[in-house]
Amino acid sequence: MGVSFVRVYKANCNWLFLDNMVNENLVKEVVKEPYKYGFVTDIETEKIAKGLNEEIIRLISQKKEEPKYLLDFRLKAFKKWQKMNEPDWAGLGYKQIDYQDIIYYSAPKQKEKISSLDEVDPKLLETFDKLGIPLTEQKKLTNVAVDAVFDSVSIATTFREELAEHGVIFCSISEAVKNHSELIEKYLGTVVPASDNYFAALNSAVFSDGSFVYIPKGVTCPMDLSSYFRINSGDSGQFERTLIIAEESSSVSYLEGCTAPMFDTNTLHAAVVELIALDDASIKYSTVQNWYAGDEEGVGGIFNFVTKRGKCLGKRSKISWSQVETGSAITWKYPSCLLLGEESVGEFYSVALTNNLQQADTGTKMIHIGPKTKSTIVSKGISAGNSKNSYRGLVKIGTKAKGSRNYSQCDSMLIGDQASANTFPYIKSQQPNSEIEHEASTCRISEDQLFYLQSRGIEFEEAISMMVSGFCRDVFNQLPMEFAAEADKLLALKLEGSVG
Amino acid sequence: MQSKMKESDPILEVENLFASTDNLPILKGVSLTVYPGEIHAIMGRNGCGKSTLSKIIAGHPSYNITNGNIIFSGENINSLEPEERAQSGIFLGFQYPIEIPGVSNLEFLRVSTNSRRKFLNKEELDTFDFEELVKEKLELVKMDHAFLSRSVNQGFSGGEKKRNEILQMALLEPKIAILDETDSGLDIDALRIVATGIKKISNAQTGIILITHYQRLLDEIEPNYVHVMSDGQIIRTGGSDLALELEKKGYEWTDNFVKET
Repeated sequence: MGVSFVRVYKANCNWLFLDNMVNENLVKEVVKEPYKYGFVTDIETEKIAKGLNEEIIRLISQKKEEPKYLLDFRLKAFKKWQKMNEPDWAGLGYKQIDYQDIIYYSAPKQKEKISSLDEVDPKLLETFDKLGIPLTEQKKLTNVAVDAVFDSVSIATTFREELAEHGVIFCSISEAVKNHSELIEKYLGTVVPASDNYFAALNSAVFSDGSFVYIPKGVTCPMDLSSYFRINSGDSGQFERTLIIAEESSSVSYLEGCTAPMFDTNTLHAAVVELIALDDASIKYSTVQNWYAGDEEGVGGIFNFVTKRGKCLGKRSKISWSQVETGSAITWKYPSCLLLGEESVGEFYSVALTNNLQQADTGTKMIHIGPKTKSTIVSKGISAGNSKNSYRGLVKIGTKAKGSRNYSQCDSMLIGDQASANTFPYIKSQQPNSEIEHEASTCRISEDQLFYLQSRGIEFEEAISMMVSGFCRDVFNQLPMEFAAEADKLLALKLEGSVG
Repeated sequence: MQSKMKESDPILEVENLFASTDNLPILKGVSLTVYPGEIHAIMGRNGCGKSTLSKIIAGHPSYNITNGNIIFSGENINSLEPEERAQSGIFLGFQYPIEIPGVSNLEFLRVSTNSRRKFLNKEELDTFDFEELVKEKLELVKMDHAFLSRSVNQGFSGGEKKRNEILQMALLEPKIAILDETDSGLDIDALRIVATGIKKISNAQTGIILITHYQRLLDEIEPNYVHVMSDGQIIRTGGSDLALELEKKGYEWTDNFVKET
């Protein structure tokens, strides 16, 4: 994070925990729900050699038939990355990543040019079917357009024609490079510069695919857009890059889902997401992250180092992040908003659930630059097992951000006595005429609450799960409806057995 | 004790029950038998063990049974989980109903009702069917539909909380209901609503234990038996006139009682 923190608050605010009166045996056991997305698709893939150097980057760029400016962008990023150090300020403990032991490009083999979904390898379609994301014309989800990304490449994007009628561009970023090069050249790296941080620099050097969205002036996107990221190979990293541009007075709701097979090795996922909202535009970006988290002993799982940032460039523009983070061995992500436009609005709603030996360090940065800008942060962290769950956030009000306001609320819930939760709210204000509010309401799952629900016939586990969803209600209310139901189910699944 | 219902088997038998919390003895040999159709009142000073008795019957994990048995419908339930007891038909009306933020009252009531229905091999109700059922029961306690969309007991007034308890009792149709100071904190109108609700829900098959300090609830619901508790024991049992006498003379009067055997 490229900002120096002037005032630092370290507060273990608001621990919501089961008091130790609760029968310890009941809560000791941790999440045992088998990960149901852990299968591997047996498909012939084209992989390049392991390792990272200039040649590899040239090779990736060449495979994607990229213009020179993009190759230059990659090479420049790589040079910067080489001079940077892996950040350790989050205090996450994990096995050192060997960047030379990773495959940076892996794609399922298929025909060179695919003109329709019918030509996509049935095995791939089957994979997405199994994940609940049918892509074929007959079965595709009716209310949402999907861009399906498998390892390093985008497999298919549904509803493209329908969206095109409204002038909406929704395609893989590789295609956008070919067909909408002017937009890529204009916006890529303008929100998250290549040198922003170690993982963003790495991504900028080697990113393989991702989604691209362009909503023209005055258009309300007629349906939700969604990307589904699937990691299949055990030895390749996934480095996707997403760019969403909302022109003046346009709006879009974008959903993102992720799963990966169970491997006993760790897979690196370092994504970059950039959002740009112009005057009166609004972007809602929702994530349900369910990467493989590793087993009970902490073996395997995804290392999830992600840089997500939105730029409210226009007046009265709005960017809203909502995330439900339940997977990954390591989560390191801080979806942020740069509030430049006058009266622009940034929001961050987050539920992060960790279990077993998972570690999550997540939060947001709300950078108020323009006057009368407003931001809201609602974060709910739930840690069970031996996991570590931290909220880390920065609210910065710049000298010109007169009349700006922030409201933050961070709640943590501990389940069992081995898990830990931390809250690190950093606040930096250079504008006396502004308001920053940090709320820490205290609530806890007490033995009495559990007993009350149980005495009404509700099973212990279901009682916990009801209270956890109740705890997350403020955030779930922000999610698109189908997502909210899925998130609720997911949390219940993750907690199943955690208190058996 | 003579009762006209004696031909049938008792619903609940508490046999010489000793219980403690944090090694502190609270119950010191309580025995109590409830037959179908009976209403029992338990009275006594604060701290005499009335509430503890009710919590132990419902299975509160903070208390350990050190001796004695709780027999429900002929089965020893000493080691059953609270939810198993509830599903099989034991209901505890809380003195201080617990607030559960974020959990909608409607969903709570539905999950709870279905857990009981499942036990009874009745079909579980979806949201729509449940709404129909709950509408009917809301009438009993004169509660507004708006209560259902709020979080469980959160921000409810004292009276609303108690009515919510009776609503739960109406939905769960328990075999035995233990109502712990359901009358406390109620104004006269609310007391009448609650009492009427209890009377409508109970029948010849159900048993009721009213834990109370006051005669005014017993004016509305006349008990078959009144038990006076002191220091973890039932020290006297009588008919409804015992409560009237207690009302007149105060608990000091009971200080001289010796435990009846």
